[in-house]
Amino acid sequence: MVYHSVALPMICFTTLWGLVGVVAPFLVPKGPNRGVIITCLVLTAVCCYLFWLIAILAQVNPLFGPQLKNETIWYLRYFWE
Amino acid sequence: MSSSFRSEEMCLAQLLFQTESAHNCISELGHLGLVQFKDLNPGVTAFQRRFVKEVKKCEKMERILRYLEKEMVKSSIVIAPTKEKEIVPCPRDVLELESTFEKLEQDLREINRNHVALRQNLSELMDIDSLLRMAEDFFEEAESLMSCSEPPSEDSMCMTVSSRITSRRNSSSSIIGPPYLGFIAGVIKQERFPAFEKVLWRLFHGNFVLRHAEIQATEELQTDRGLAKKDVFIIFVQGDHVREKVRKVCDGFHASLYSCPKTLHERKEMSNNIMTRMEDLRLILRRTEEYRAGVLMKAADHVHEWSSKVKKMKAIYYTLNLCNIDITQKLIVAEIWCSVSDLTLVHNALIKGSEQSGSSVTPVLNRIQTQQTPPTFNRTNSFTEGFQAIIDTYGVGTYQEINPAPYTTVTFPFLFAVMFGDCGHGLVMTLFAVWIVTQAERRYIILLMGMFSVYTGLIYNDCFSKSFNVFGSSWRVQPTFHPHGPWHNDTLHDCEHLQLDPVIPGVYSGVPYVFGIDPVWNIASNKLSFLNSFKMKMSVILGVSHMLFGVTLSLFNYAYFRNFQDVLIEFIPRMIFLLSLFGYLVLLILYKWCITVPSDVAPSILLLFINMMLFDYQSQHHLLYEGQKAVQICLVVTAVLMVPVMLMVKSFLVYRTYMKSRQPVFGNSLNDQHGADTRSSFSQHQSNETVSMSDIFVYQAIHTIEFCLGCISNTASYLRLWALSLAHAELSEVLWRMVLQVGLSFSSGMGSLMLALIFAAFAVLTVTVLLVMEGLSAFLHALRLHWVEFQNKFYEGSGYKFTPLSFDSLLKTQQ
Repeated sequence: MVYHSVALPMICFTTLWGLVGVVAPFLVPKGPNRGVIITCLVLTAVCCYLFWLIAILAQVNPLFGPQLKNETIWYLRYFWE
Repeated sequence: MSSSFRSEEMCLAQLLFQTESAHNCISELGHLGLVQFKDLNPGVTAFQRRFVKEVKKCEKMERILRYLEKEMVKSSIVIAPTKEKEIVPCPRDVLELESTFEKLEQDLREINRNHVALRQNLSELMDIDSLLRMAEDFFEEAESLMSCSEPPSEDSMCMTVSSRITSRRNSSSSIIGPPYLGFIAGVIKQERFPAFEKVLWRLFHGNFVLRHAEIQATEELQTDRGLAKKDVFIIFVQGDHVREKVRKVCDGFHASLYSCPKTLHERKEMSNNIMTRMEDLRLILRRTEEYRAGVLMKAADHVHEWSSKVKKMKAIYYTLNLCNIDITQKLIVAEIWCSVSDLTLVHNALIKGSEQSGSSVTPVLNRIQTQQTPPTFNRTNSFTEGFQAIIDTYGVGTYQEINPAPYTTVTFPFLFAVMFGDCGHGLVMTLFAVWIVTQAERRYIILLMGMFSVYTGLIYNDCFSKSFNVFGSSWRVQPTFHPHGPWHNDTLHDCEHLQLDPVIPGVYSGVPYVFGIDPVWNIASNKLSFLNSFKMKMSVILGVSHMLFGVTLSLFNYAYFRNFQDVLIEFIPRMIFLLSLFGYLVLLILYKWCITVPSDVAPSILLLFINMMLFDYQSQHHLLYEGQKAVQICLVVTAVLMVPVMLMVKSFLVYRTYMKSRQPVFGNSLNDQHGADTRSSFSQHQSNETVSMSDIFVYQAIHTIEFCLGCISNTASYLRLWALSLAHAELSEVLWRMVLQVGLSFSSGMGSLMLALIFAAFAVLTVTVLLVMEGLSAFLHALRLHWVEFQNKFYEGSGYKFTPLSFDSLLKTQQ
C-alpha cells in the first residue's frame, strides 16, 4: 500500500486519537471514577498521538539515507516492490 | 468526583458518647474505616494512660495465641481460616476470653511437661534395656574366656589396649582361682568415650577391663536425642574401694550408671520387667499425644476468630486511650478527623453503635473550626492505589494541593514504555501482568506498562530487535541504478557499503512510513545515526511537554488557593522563561523536520541553540529561516529579564506589605488584608514574630535559581529516555545476533537439537537481562523523572497521611 501523500495518514490518526481523547470522555458513564477515567483517556490520547506524530515528522524530510550492504541492495532491488 | 485530583476536604469533629456504648461505637467506626482519632492526651506517656491495663491484657492474650499457633504448627494441625464475622467485642468478652486463654495455656504447658518427662523415662528404660543385653554378651564372653584361657578372638566387640591385660588376668586367674570381678555398668556418650578410657587407664594403671559397645540407635531414640550416639560400657575392677573412684570418674563424664544384677536369672527378670514398663510408657505417651492433639484441634477452630477479636479489642482500647473521659465518668469525648462528605456516614455508624449497646442517649457529633492542618486523604480505588503509593513514597501531598496521582496513571507507564520500547518484550510483559492481575488483583501498573510498551515498540518498529514491514517501505533501491542514477552492477561488486541518497528522485518516495520507523533502517548499517537523532529530539520534546504540564498544574494550585498574586509574579515569569528558551527549542526541532534543507547546509539544532545563548551570529553558521537572528535575540533577552522578576518582585511585595502592616493595629489589619482561607506564604506574618528580609530574599533566590538551572538540567535529564531505549535496543540486537542467529544457521542434522538448546539460552537471557533488569532500570528512571523533574515544578509534598482506624486494614496487615 503506497499512500500518495502525507495527508491521509495524518487525518486518519488525528481522527483516531481525537475520538479517544475528545469524544470518548463524553461517553463515560457517571460514577465515582468518572474524573479519573476521563483524565486517563485524554492523557493516553495526547501521549500516544504526540509519540506517533514525532515518529512520522522525523521521517518526512530525511537529510540522509540508509547505508546498506551490497548483498542487501541486491536483494532489495529484486524483491522489494 | 474531583476528589482524586485534590485531597479531600477534611473537618475536625468532636464526638460525645456514653461510656457504656464506647466499645460498640468505636467498633462501628473501626468497621467503617473513615475516621482518624486525634490524640487528646499528647503529654501523657504510654504507661500513664487510662486503659493501659486492658491493653496489657490484650497483649498477653496475643502472646498466648501466638504460643497456641506455634504448638499447632508443630503438631501440623491445620488452622482453618474462618470467615470474617461482624463480631462486636465488649468488655465482658475480654474477661471470658482471658480466662479461656489462660486455662488453655496452662493445660498445654502441663501436657508438654508431662510429655517431656515421659519421653525421658522411656529413653532411660531403653538405655537400661540395651545395657542388659550387652552385659549378657560381655558376661558370656568373659566366662568363655575364663574357661578356655584362650586369647580373645578378633571379632569380639571393640577390643582395646586392655586385651593384653585380659590375657595377663587370665594367666593370673589360673593361679588364684575363679576371680571375683566387681563391675560397674553404665551408658556414656560416644564422643566422650576415648577420654573416659584414658582417664581410667591412668587411674588404674591398666588394672581393669573395659568393654564397650554402641547402642544401636532405633528410630524412636533418634527423634529423642537427636544424633547423640551412646555407648554401653562395663568396667571390671578388682576390689570394692576402687568403686568410689570409678563412680567419681563416671560422674565427671556425665555417664549414667545402672545397677546390673550378677546372675543370669536376675538379669532376665530385670529385662522382662523393663520390657513391660516400656510398653506401658509407650501407651501412656500415645494417649498423651492424642489428648494434646484433641485440645489443639478444638482450639484450632476458634483461633482465627479469637485472634481477630483480640486485635480489634486492642485497637479499641488504644483508641480509648486517645480520648478524654470527663469528670462524671459517664461521658467520653473524642476528636476525629474525617472527610466532610463522610460526616453522615460517621453519624449513622455512631447511632448504630449506641443502639447496639442499648443506651438511650444518642451520641453527639459537632464540627469544630481549627487552624491546624488536617491530614491528607486521597480516596483511591484498586486501580489508582498503586500509583498513589508511588507518589506518597516521595512525599505525602500538602493538604488540598493538586494530587499528581491520576496523571501518573498514564504518564508513568508511558515514560517507562518510551525507555523500554520493544513490542515483543512488551507483549511478554503484558501477558505476565494479566496473569498476575487475575491472581492478585492489585498490580495494574505492570499491565499498563506492558500495554504502552507494545505501542511504543510498534512505533519504534522493534520486536525482539526485528522490524515489521506492514505498509511497504518508503525507500527504493532501483532508482539509484542506471539509467536513473549513478550506480551500475559493478558498483555493487566494488563497494561493500553504499548509501542511498534522498536527493535522487524516486529513492525516497516522499511519503514517510505510516506507522512508526521505516523498516529499512533495521537493515541499514548507519541505523544508529538516524535513530539517535530521532530519539534525542523525541526526548527533548517529551521532556519539555512534561515540564510544561507540571508548571501548568502549579497554576491550578495557585488558583485553588486564591493566590492570584503568585500567579502574576511566579507562574507567568516561569512560563515565559520555559517557553522562550525550551519551547523555542522544540519549535526549532519541529520546523527543521518540516522544511526541506539541502543536507550540506543544514544547521545542527544544538549548535544553533548554543549560539543563540552566546549571541554568536557569525556568517558561516547558516540559519534556518529569515529573521532568525532578531527573533532569537528577542527571546533570550526576555528570558533573562524574567530572572530578576522572579527574584526580586515577590520579596519586594512581601516587604511592602510587612512595612504597611506594622503601622496600624497589628492583628486586625492583617486579618483584613488576607482572609482566613488564604494559605499563601504571607500567613507566616500572622504570627507576632519579626520577619527577617534576608530570609525571604534567600528563599526566593534559591527557588529562582532552582527553577532556572533546573530547566536546563531537567531538559538534559530527559535525554535518559533516549539513552535507555538505545541500550535496550542494542542489548536486544546482541542477543539476536550472537545467540539466536547462531542457532538458526546450523545446517547439520544436529542443528535442531542445538537450536532447541540455544533457544532455551535465548529465552532465559531475554527474561533475566532484558525483561527483569531493563524493566527495573526503566521503572526506576521513569520514577525519578516523575519525582524530580515533573514534581518539582508544582508539588510541595509536606503533608501527613490520613490514617483512619480501620479493622480491615488492621487484620489484613497483620496476617
